[in-house]
Amino acid sequence: MKKMAIIATKGTLDMAYPPFILASTAAALGYEVQVFFTFYGLQLLRKDLSDVKISPLANPAMPMPVPMPVLVQVLPGMETMATMMMKDKLKKKGVASLEELRTVCQEADVKFIACQMTVDLFEFDKNDFISGIEYGGAAMFMEFAGETDICLFV
Amino acid sequence: MNVDKELDARGLNCPLPILKTKKSLADMTPGQVLKVVSTDPGSIKDMQAFANQTGNALVSSTEEKGEYVFLMQKK
Repeated sequence: MKKMAIIATKGTLDMAYPPFILASTAAALGYEVQVFFTFYGLQLLRKDLSDVKISPLANPAMPMPVPMPVLVQVLPGMETMATMMMKDKLKKKGVASLEELRTVCQEADVKFIACQMTVDLFEFDKNDFISGIEYGGAAMFMEFAGETDICLFV
Repeated sequence: MNVDKELDARGLNCPLPILKTKKSLADMTPGQVLKVVSTDPGSIKDMQAFANQTGNALVSSTEEKGEYVFLMQKK
């Protein structure tokens, strides 16, 4: 059986998609998949994903309906607005929600590993995370990653 | 060719047509044929790649009125 490992380090809406899309697709193709969530990537394992947002700030490649000066992007509520618009667009274009892709991954036995060090570092409450995940460290991940056909850092 | 099951993947974008195809095939028996209708142009190459990697046979891949129709025979 082919194997794929992904390290997910980002906690923004745009950067949350690649790990979940690739993990769910690889699982559908018969790969054994593990995703190691570390640093801000741990946010993607929360039951509630409403804090996973997209910011137009320092994200100049983000397509905007109207050009927006940086000074406007820093105003309160801009991030929430950009997130709302992006989610609306994703839905209109028939792109799955993060929750949906994450569920598909879990149903397909993709193994989610939460970085124990990050959990301690940011004092996360494990009760905030979804069930069915494992907690581990770099060495545990390497054991699997060393045997993979594809290994990605996102 | 007889179609045993149909999957309406219209309006869905990558990777949903593939994920739903996989799910639909799961409760079918070997030799049965799944018909998938999609509107995602990317699904043409994705369905072929899915077949190549999973061993299910892509019997046909056609376009009808802006919709992509695939017949997939379960391995």
